[in-house]
Amino acid sequence: MIERTPWLNFATHAILFTGLFILVVPIYLVIVAASQTLPDVMAIPAKLLPGDQLVVNIRAAWEEAEFGTKFTNTLILATGVVVGKIAIAALTAFGIVFFNHRLRMPIFWMVFITLMLPLEVRIVPTYAVAANVLSPFQTILDAAGITWLIDALTGIEVALEWNLLNSYTGLIMPLVATATGTFLYRQFFLTIPDELVEAAKMDGAGPLRFLWDILIPLSRTNMAALATIMFVVGWNQYLWPLLIITDPNYGVAAVELSRLVPNMNTTGGDIPNWHWAMAGTLIVMLPPVAVVIFMQRWFVRGLINTDK
Amino acid sequence: MADISIREVRKSYGNDEVVHGVNLEIESGEFVVILGPSGCGKSTLLRMIAGLEDISSGEIAIADKVVNALEPRERGCAMVFQNYALYPHMSVADNIGYALKVAGMPKAERAEKVRQVASSVGLEEFLDRRPGALSGGQRQRVAMARAIIREPQVFLFDEPLSNLDAKLRVQMRHEIRRIHNRVRATSVFVTHDQHEGMTLADRMVIMNKGTIDQVGTPEQVYNAPATAYVAGFIGSPAMNFLGGQLSARHGAVMLENGAMLPVDARLAQAMDGQLVQIGVRPEALTLCQPGTGSLTATFEFYEELGSEGLHHLKIEDVPFSVLSETKMRLEEGTEIGVIIPQEALHIFGAETGRRIDTAGTARIGVMA
Repeated sequence: MIERTPWLNFATHAILFTGLFILVVPIYLVIVAASQTLPDVMAIPAKLLPGDQLVVNIRAAWEEAEFGTKFTNTLILATGVVVGKIAIAALTAFGIVFFNHRLRMPIFWMVFITLMLPLEVRIVPTYAVAANVLSPFQTILDAAGITWLIDALTGIEVALEWNLLNSYTGLIMPLVATATGTFLYRQFFLTIPDELVEAAKMDGAGPLRFLWDILIPLSRTNMAALATIMFVVGWNQYLWPLLIITDPNYGVAAVELSRLVPNMNTTGGDIPNWHWAMAGTLIVMLPPVAVVIFMQRWFVRGLINTDK
Repeated sequence: MADISIREVRKSYGNDEVVHGVNLEIESGEFVVILGPSGCGKSTLLRMIAGLEDISSGEIAIADKVVNALEPRERGCAMVFQNYALYPHMSVADNIGYALKVAGMPKAERAEKVRQVASSVGLEEFLDRRPGALSGGQRQRVAMARAIIREPQVFLFDEPLSNLDAKLRVQMRHEIRRIHNRVRATSVFVTHDQHEGMTLADRMVIMNKGTIDQVGTPEQVYNAPATAYVAGFIGSPAMNFLGGQLSARHGAVMLENGAMLPVDARLAQAMDGQLVQIGVRPEALTLCQPGTGSLTATFEFYEELGSEGLHHLKIEDVPFSVLSETKMRLEEGTEIGVIIPQEALHIFGAETGRRIDTAGTARIGVMA
């Protein structure tokens, strides 16, 4: 039961507006800085009203950071993560929920454990694997003495190598293989009534048909929620691309943005180009914001699951 | 069209056996109702026929072909579920036609078939709707249409009417019977509602705790219940039971309160001293002046049923009811006589619960 007294109304609104203020002010300052000339940005006291240089600054930032290429790359990365994650999450959850086999719980727990090992924690080994995807197999072959055996028998040295550094695959794969989406899907699949599964069986639909004709359409809102989250996560990737991408042709927006933000390297001691940095921030922010706004309706429904 | 034969079928979950060696032959085109309280294993049995549950031991054959190892889709059964189990994201037309789509029937042919079937159950106006926009009765029809369109050898119904209100239930019951008369597919219908069972069935199967108590036509089951359990389960208001003992000397059953109910002399002779339970249906009894009838009871309360009145009595603390057109509203505690015609007596062994007939032997109804 919600109580309504003038005092409580005031208090709740005060908290609400404080929160809003804390959220909005930095964004406002970004817009202000992005729309001023460099002298205005550096002026003391700071000028708190927007100037008229927004378009000029955005164009300058766009060219300076080569955002044309970076945006394309980031879009490929984010889309790849979205598609890969949804596909893998739906399939894994499907296997865990709808099939009764002995490995069901072990697999579930293995997936669960990956929740405790996010990319940041295992970044060094992940890098090693990305540098040579086949290195674990090489290690196994070496340890088992098979390398030696083949070398001794045929004179061929086995050296498996598959390098994913500086590639889209390398960017996307490690981000796809995490458990969150699997859990969202598992929770949804658990709400599917048994009778629906049985009705599909009686209608002659095999497992894949059931997945495709019934589960996938029913999980549309889930998919939208997951897609939104994963798109934002993919778009904002910083650490992983920073680590494995050295070729500027594969650079992504967030990493490039950090290069735009002034420091000793970018300015060489000159006056920092804050107005460009802020303009860059604005445009890098736009795609995820657009996606969230566009998907919001579905997104909320998917997470609270009160559809139907 | 196919007959179903169920031989020594058992089902256990872990160490818990829920169906204990059931035997049943269902003829081609027959409408069989499996009736029993919840937890008696009737749904499990149906689901084993459908292929949705594994058979722990025994054999089920459809059209002389053992189906134990077959997938549900290979068994040629269609099933109507209690909660309809319609696909919520598909239109009514897609729901009905889904099985055909899976089977790979071309679109135009399928649409034509869907329209035919939909019109046969009065759904043609709703083909474009989603199940969520339909009433309970309409959803039930969609579920039926989905089963009919496959032209299955066997129809399976898993309590399909229990989610409907009373009026709709009667209406759908008639609908199902009409469809059966037209299609003539072998039908197995599971329910806990005896009215559904009595009205729909060619033959009824009464299950109790994982075994079959009796198989017979509704008349056989009503007139000659094979066990006290069946006798108590079938018929509304429920049958009255009194404890007693057969006495050859009196040619009667001697009730616990000393009253004598004459029975066939040969029976009393053959089973002298046997402890029995006698059952009499409330509708077979007549009220009379105290002291003049077969026994005397005290009046408890009266229930008006419209055409008849249900009189609740007590005989030595055992509840006893009499249904009659002569309505008597008496004071609580008033003494009243009850006439029990000899032919209305059902006699069951007190320990076995099995019916004892004139031949003096226990028999199990008309076991198939």
